[in-house]
Order: sequence, then structure tokens, then C-alpha cells
Amino acid sequence: MDLSTTETQGMLRDTLSRFLADTYTFDARQKMIASPEGRDPGIWRALSSELGLTCAPFSEELGGMGGGAIENQIMMEEFGKVIAIEPWLQTVVAGGGALVAAGGPLAEATIPAIIAGDCVIAFAYAEPQGRYNLADIGTTAKKDGAGYVLNGHKGVVYAAPWATHLLVTARTGGGRRERDGVELFLVDAKAKGISRRDYPTVDGFRASEVYFENVAIPGEALLSGGIDLIERVADECTVAVCAEATGISRAMLAQTVEYTGQRKQFGVPIGKFQVLQHRMADMLVEAEQIASMALMGTLRLDAEKDARKAAVSMVKAKVAKSIRFIGQSAVQTHGGIGITMELAIGHYFKRATMIEGQFGSADHHLERFEALTYTA
Amino acid sequence: MNLDFSAEDLAFRDEVRAFIAESYPASLRGKQDEGDELAKEDFLSWHQVLAKKGWVAPAWPVEYGGTGWSSTQRYIWSEETARADCIRLMPFGLAMVGPVIYTFGTPEQKAHFLPRILSGEDWWCQGYSEPGAGSDLASLRTKAVRDGDDYLVTGQKTWTTMAQHADWGFFLVRTDNDVKMQEGISFLLIDMKSPGIEVRPIITLGGEHEVNEVWLDNVRVPISNRVYEENKGWTCAKFLLAHERVGIAGVASSKRGVEKLKAVAMTEMEGDRSLLANPFFRRKVAELEIDLAALEYTELRTLAGMAAGKNPGPESSVLKIKGSEIQQRLTELTLEMAGHYGAPYFRGFGEGDNEHPIGQEWANRAAPTYFNARKTTIYGGSNEIQRNVIAKMVLGL
Repeated sequence: MDLSTTETQGMLRDTLSRFLADTYTFDARQKMIASPEGRDPGIWRALSSELGLTCAPFSEELGGMGGGAIENQIMMEEFGKVIAIEPWLQTVVAGGGALVAAGGPLAEATIPAIIAGDCVIAFAYAEPQGRYNLADIGTTAKKDGAGYVLNGHKGVVYAAPWATHLLVTARTGGGRRERDGVELFLVDAKAKGISRRDYPTVDGFRASEVYFENVAIPGEALLSGGIDLIERVADECTVAVCAEATGISRAMLAQTVEYTGQRKQFGVPIGKFQVLQHRMADMLVEAEQIASMALMGTLRLDAEKDARKAAVSMVKAKVAKSIRFIGQSAVQTHGGIGITMELAIGHYFKRATMIEGQFGSADHHLERFEALTYTA
Repeated sequence: MNLDFSAEDLAFRDEVRAFIAESYPASLRGKQDEGDELAKEDFLSWHQVLAKKGWVAPAWPVEYGGTGWSSTQRYIWSEETARADCIRLMPFGLAMVGPVIYTFGTPEQKAHFLPRILSGEDWWCQGYSEPGAGSDLASLRTKAVRDGDDYLVTGQKTWTTMAQHADWGFFLVRTDNDVKMQEGISFLLIDMKSPGIEVRPIITLGGEHEVNEVWLDNVRVPISNRVYEENKGWTCAKFLLAHERVGIAGVASSKRGVEKLKAVAMTEMEGDRSLLANPFFRRKVAELEIDLAALEYTELRTLAGMAAGKNPGPESSVLKIKGSEIQQRLTELTLEMAGHYGAPYFRGFGEGDNEHPIGQEWANRAAPTYFNARKTTIYGGSNEIQRNVIAKMVLGL
């Protein structure tokens, strides 16, 4: 057992942290979001081709630095501190993770493009009727000669407007909600028959409803592994947003502490009031629990399937509840200014709130944990 | 970073398991199984077995009798002892005054006291709280006045755990009234058999005699029994509290507690389903287990920091808050599980009663344990004080 980080991991964190401090001020972020594209593509370019950070979680054979989940944890935590809107989760964690797990020529061709910054991926797994059930899928992939034909509707696909590729779950057989017959495909986002309705999300990203109408894709687009692979990828994503939650929570706490040192009422800084001090102490306690859970999730991703799923559900159930407490407390402590667009804190709160439900709410994960653990 | 045990760690785990199976005192095991109250010699019996083996103080530096174990080995040790339902050793010597003496004591104090703590020859108690000095510990008034080579100590301490068995006590006393409260306190080691000491029992809600009042009336204490400088006792006190809080989280024993809770909830029936199949009860168990996992990783992160040379600081308050809340929650759920059979009070039966059990054995102590566990958010610095510590020392408020 060893919980220390390597020197390389420390350098990775420092490099990213310095870069984001320069480029991701609150004002700069708000400008990116307000721009027509909704982001600054130069930042992704810098993260990949200039700073070379995209290679951190990939093996050396694939052109990476030999890292993995811990590197993703570090990156996501730092992104969380500035509520970055970069498509790391979708491109590197989901897309990269699925490709690494599936292997084969598609992985060998695509991962170098991810590392170079040329390939941006969006993870199209949710459907309007499916809530958090990854197998509740109506989108079909019908075998057609050597390839497949896709038909269906994917909902709230984060980063889809920016993506060169879509990572799509679709059904090759079986009925709705059946685990058998669900497969994962990597599809060219410009393929004929794909249409999108793009929109901004409350937490600063861009997303789309994506419609597939007789979209012909080659047989090589299949990442074999079925629902087990999809659940694995979703678990990796879940842990990654929990790492992001660590950065967000600590930032919300730090901003709240700073604000209560400046804001005066009754002639004193409000941070002198014990009732607020204790609330902030509780925020720290919960922020530490989030950091601990993100670590546990990261280290348990390689466990045997059911153990991994149980552990990830523990992590997400806890993180969802704790970050709600921290976000609501941060806003309450700021008072009226906390519910305006003016201050950063509200924007952290919005991202934090979306993380609660991303890849499954606390209730969903408690239920999955119980089903896997308590066979009474 | 990884969670894997190396081959050496696994061999160590096997060695620990075999040692416990072979050496854990049989009479102690018997009393635990029966739910009997443990006497001083019961506590000492396991202490002495460990002392003989050299494993009684894993956290101490090797030069003073520690084991030199890695943090992984210490983790394995606490897991295995909890798994085998070994009793927890009394912390007052091993976890409290021992580290103060080897950190702040004179060579003579180290040479005299440390071996006797290890062997179990001296049973220690803690003279901190007073009737008027609880959360505001620094306002303590028990005074020590110099008289030749001695101090004369007069005052009253309270909540003194196991003082009825103690050979020695470590006391915070006031040696200067004219300075800031924290700056006039000294740390004294007092022989509990000294004339002028009286120990009076306090009976707590479960019927147990754990804590006491300790009255001191002109108790003569050699100046050579003061640890660290005069009026610098607060430094020792704070050091001790930070160390105490790390151990206070009780992760391994709570893990064992959750395991037992689940095992019972799986067999305890409610109509045609087990209690663990009741979605409302099950959800409470699940959330407890999840909170405990979060605490476990928080402790692992703290221990990794300590292994890298960081002293446990105010962050240990996080462990104290969460650890105590979880211990209480465990007792709450056990009592809920007991249903009607939380009510029978076995102390009312008198000694030597062989008629029981009434109800299930696990339910016998459910209510007294629940009542007793209310102490966990009060002692070691109440959880409100821990929040003050976090606010001031970590958040800088």
C-alpha cells in the first residue's frame, strides 16, 4: 500500500495548475462561454500539443507517458479548481478509456490523435427515457454487411458541438433495458445522417441532442466489450467528476473563507461569527471526505468488476451529498451576492450541482451499492 | 499510489493472525463472549502478552520500544486486531503520556517511565478536565505551588477515566496566575498513591464505572516529575490532543462494528424479510458504511502524510469529528435493530446471575452502549471545539 505521488505526477499538477491560473481567470472563462463557439479552442491546443498533458494517462506504446487513472484524477481536480469547461472528461477519460480497454487498430489510430489534440470526443450514452440506466437504450445499431446502421436519439451530450467523434451506445439486439446487445461505437461526428440541436448547459458547457438517421458506420467502429465495457467507462467518468468535485469544493471553501474575512456586518467581519465558522469547518470536513472518496475511487478502478462498481457507487453517493452541502453552504454564507451571476461562487455552485447527477445521483448509486453488497 | 499488499505485507498479516489466534488470553475472550464487565487484570492480560512480544506500542519510535513497522504494517495490525475482536488497549500510557514523555521528557523521565508504560507495570490516567474547565480547558484552576524541591497540588479533576485503577496520572496544573491562561500551565506526573489524593466514582448512563472525580489536597509532587518547562505545559497538552485525535477515529473497530451490524440485520427477521431487506433500514446501513469508507481514506491520507514526515496537525480534528459521529451512528442503528429487547437492563440482575440471556445476546448491551457512546462527541475536545480548531488553525478565521 502506497499513497504517495511520484515526482512526475507532482510536475503534472504544477504545470497544469500554473497554466490554468494564467488562462482560466473567472473573466476569461466567462468570455469563452459567451463566445459563439462557447470555448477557446486554443486552450485545448495548448494542453495537448504545447504542454503535452494529453499524453499523461496513456501508455508509452500508444505515445503516452505511462500514466492512468491517477493522472486523470490530478487533471480533473485542477480543472475543478477553475471550473474549466475543457472536454477532458469526454475526450480523454471516456473516449481514451474506452479505446484503451477495447484495444485494437482503432485504439492505435485514435489515441495518438487524442494526444495530438486533433480528436475531441463526446460521450453519447444518455437517452431521454433512460435516466441513469446505461442499458435503457432505444438507439439501434443494425448489422448491415460489414458495418452497422445507427438510428436513434441521444440526449444531453456534453461537448458534442465541439467533437470530431462521438462515443455512442447503441443496441445491436435485445429489448429495451436488456443488458445483452448493448454495444459501444466510435463514430465520426460528421457522418451522414447525424444531426444536432446544440445548446448551452447551466454549468457553462455546450451540449446537444444528437439524432441518428440511418447513419452508416464501418464495422471497425465497434469497441467490443458490450455493457461491461460501457459500465467500466462510466465508472471511470464517475470517479473523474468526483476528482473534479474535489477541486471545486476546495475552491468554494477557500472563496467562502476569503469572503467572510472581508464582508462586515454588525461592525465585524462575518467570519468572526462562530455559527459561520462552524459551518465552514463542516464544509472543510466534507471537502476532505470528497477528496478521500475521489482517491478511493481512483485506486479501486482496477478491482474486480462487482467490487469496482460497489466502490464507485460508494464514492459517488458520498460526493453527491457532500458537494451539495458545500455548494449550498457557500451560497448561503455569501448571502445575496452568492445568487448573482456577478461572482464566481455561483458558477462553482452550478457546476457542483450538475456533478451531483452526472453519471448517477446519490439515490441511484446507493441503490446500486446496496444491490451489489447486501444480498439479504 | 496503490492499495496492494506486498508479499512481505501478506506474510506479516499471516504472522499477526497466527499470533493473535495463539496468544490472545482465553479468559479475556471468554468474558468478552459473555458480555461480562472487564476488570483491570483483563485489560492488562492482553497488554502484557503484547509487551512480551514487543508489539505493544507500534506507534512509538524504535529507540523507545516501538516496532518500526511501516504505515502499511500498522494498518494491517489495527485491521487484524479489530477483526479478531481484540480489546483496545488503554490509551492513557501508550498513546498519550508516553509520546509526551519521549518528546518532551528528561532522560531520567524517559528511562524510568517509558519501560513501565510498555510493560504495563504502571496504569495511567489523565487529569485534564475540571468541573469549571471542560471545553475551556485552559481556564483550569488546580494549582501547584512550589515548596522546596516539590510542588504542592490542590484542586479537583473530573471525568478521569479508569482513575480507580491508576498508579500514575498526568495532570495539567496552574503554576502561574498572573499571565495569559495558556501560559501559566504545567504538566505534572503524579503518583496516584500520594497522600491527599481521593478518587470518587461517577456512574454513567449505561451503569458503568469508567470515570471519576479526583480530588487533590496539598499533594506533594517532586519538581523532577514535571515534564518540559514550568508554565509550558500547554505545549504538551496540545501535542497530546492532536495525537489522541488520530487514534480516536476508531476506523478499524467501526469497520468491524458495521460488519457485525450487517450480519445480524441479515438474520433478524421482520415479517418474512430480514431487517437488511427493509429498504429504510438498509439505506441507513449503506450510508453509514459509505461514511466510514470516506473516513478510512481520510485516515489513510493523514497516515501517508505522517509517514512523509508531517506531524498530525489540526487536520486530525476532521478524523475526530467524523470518527465519533460514525461510532455513535453504529450504536444508534444497533439499538434500533434490538427493537423491544433494547429495554432489559442486565445490571439490575446482580452478580452471578445465570438465568439470562433474555432476548438476543447482541441486543443485551445495545442501549447501554448507545448511552455510553454519547461521550464520543464530547470527550477529547468536544466536536464543537474541533470545529473551532478547524476554523482557527486550518481556515485561519
